[in-house]
Amino acid sequence: MQVFFSIGVDALAYGMVLFIISIGLSVTMGLMRVVNLAHGAFAMIGGYIASYAARDLGLGYGFAIILAVIGTIIIAIPLERFLYRRIYGAPELTQVLMTIGITFCVIGLANYVFGPTLKTIPLPADLQGPVNLGFRTIAAHKLFAIGCGVAVALGLWFLIERTSFGVKLRASVDNTAMAASLGVRTRIVYAASFALAVGLAAFGGVIGAELLPVEPYYALRYMVTFLVVVSVGGAGSIPGALIACLLLGAIDTTGRYLVPEYGEFFFYLAVIAIVWVFPRGLLGRAK
Amino acid sequence: MSATDISTSAAPAVHTGRPWQRDLIGIAVILLAAIGGYFLFPDNLALLTRIIAIMLLVLSLDLVTGYCGVATLGHAALFGAGAYAAGIAAVTFGITEPLSMIGIGAIAGAVAGLVSGVVILRGHGLAQLVLSIAVIHLFHEAANKASTYTGGSDGLSGIAPDPLFGLFEFDLWGRTAYAFGIVLLVLVFVLLRILVRSPFGMLCRGIRQDPIRVSAMGASVKASLIKMYVISGAVAGIGGALNAVSTQVVGLDSLSFTNSAEALVMLVLGGAGSLYGAFVGTIVFMWFEHVVSAANPFHWLTIVGALLITVVLFAPKGLYGTAANLAKRFARSRP
Repeated sequence: MQVFFSIGVDALAYGMVLFIISIGLSVTMGLMRVVNLAHGAFAMIGGYIASYAARDLGLGYGFAIILAVIGTIIIAIPLERFLYRRIYGAPELTQVLMTIGITFCVIGLANYVFGPTLKTIPLPADLQGPVNLGFRTIAAHKLFAIGCGVAVALGLWFLIERTSFGVKLRASVDNTAMAASLGVRTRIVYAASFALAVGLAAFGGVIGAELLPVEPYYALRYMVTFLVVVSVGGAGSIPGALIACLLLGAIDTTGRYLVPEYGEFFFYLAVIAIVWVFPRGLLGRAK
Repeated sequence: MSATDISTSAAPAVHTGRPWQRDLIGIAVILLAAIGGYFLFPDNLALLTRIIAIMLLVLSLDLVTGYCGVATLGHAALFGAGAYAAGIAAVTFGITEPLSMIGIGAIAGAVAGLVSGVVILRGHGLAQLVLSIAVIHLFHEAANKASTYTGGSDGLSGIAPDPLFGLFEFDLWGRTAYAFGIVLLVLVFVLLRILVRSPFGMLCRGIRQDPIRVSAMGASVKASLIKMYVISGAVAGIGGALNAVSTQVVGLDSLSFTNSAEALVMLVLGGAGSLYGAFVGTIVFMWFEHVVSAANPFHWLTIVGALLITVVLFAPKGLYGTAANLAKRFARSRP
């Protein structure tokens, strides 16, 4: 029972961190049809900025998060303007190569600037130590990550379903040309949602630093995981991404607890099985 | 694959003059380069042999990516399957005759090609990429787990191939392995040249350009692609087996995601959809890597990244494709 409970909490926290990071990828992939392998690199940049702000500058945790999100968006803007815009609508192979190239560059530069060691983001006192839920205690930062995940999911739902920006975004996802001819400035919608995606990635990179430690190969190591989440959930679908994250988080965490010697074997087996049955993802729409 | 890439990727099938004459020139260039490499870098024959093995992997990737338009990040699975099969045959079952080891590698590669082809071709676009990544990770974890046969993370060592034809021993300098590799490479090249010119090769090019139209013409798209995957697996398996014979160890890195991604980078650098492009890309990439990563492996990553971005932006046809275009334009401007 104890094991079952700790697997459940870990899986939930891991799944939520995955969700925060990869939901941005899912939205941009659904909207701009860009297979962005560099998404993990943005999460990593966020983690590095937060670590620098909190550890070396001695700023507070909340402030470090804000700085990480803004800083990563500022870094991403020229990349979008000069590199991504050229590959919208290009064949997947081109997009994969370009974004892998960006990832490699970011890894090399991160190592040059920050060194190959693990970077920690010191947690504030409130998030350290366990929290008593009455019948069980769980680590406070995991609870925090779960809370953030729920908040992001609700916030995105509100943004996309209830605001005028959401209407334009959905229109552009459905049919860019038609939305543009109806007066939606699709370019601005593209740029805004790209910034939103990158900001969420940075946020998730900071929140999840305890579970996915920040180091130069972060971008390559978890890139695959984020892609898998989007592909399993279906590109562009928020509930799909949420289900995929919770499902994959549960499979991965259970595998690590019960049969650690098999590594990620069962994770990838499950991925193949799911994609085999649902080639467009769990909640992906037919083209 | 969306419909947008039809216009850009429609490779102009240039058959100016006699194609067989051009192939003879191509083979002559390969042989000259091989002899030149032997005399220029007598101390680096092991590296040259590894380049040949990787060339076979990149050629095999070219068959499915360049000719059929299947985007995959898991092609090292076929290479690694060949390498491990040859290694296990030698260590566990005592089959140390080099030609049989290569044959076993080719068969294992073809089987791995069949398996991963069936899995990967189930999806399109993003799903296809993710499936290919899942396949390579699955192979990797399986090889890691089956450590009784594969040696796990320590690698499979103790492969001692017999002398070739009972005459040429695999010496410390790697001369035999190098010559063996060159002969294999030329043989494979000739066979692939025939293959891509054959009606089947043309069908595969057609599938890359417009799969719906090909199936409307009555050909089975999926069966053709799987057939190509099996052939490609055999080629990659030969490369893996050659690597196992020449280095006498097989490591888990031969089944890694990085290896797959690098193969794709080499292919695109040289120019996908052309056998010569696969050669050029592999040589340039591996030689660069040898020089730069000796200094600092992380600088190497930055350079590869920058190189990739540059190629995608400015030379989407790769080094060979761009050079061939320039040469053609030059030839046309002269009456």
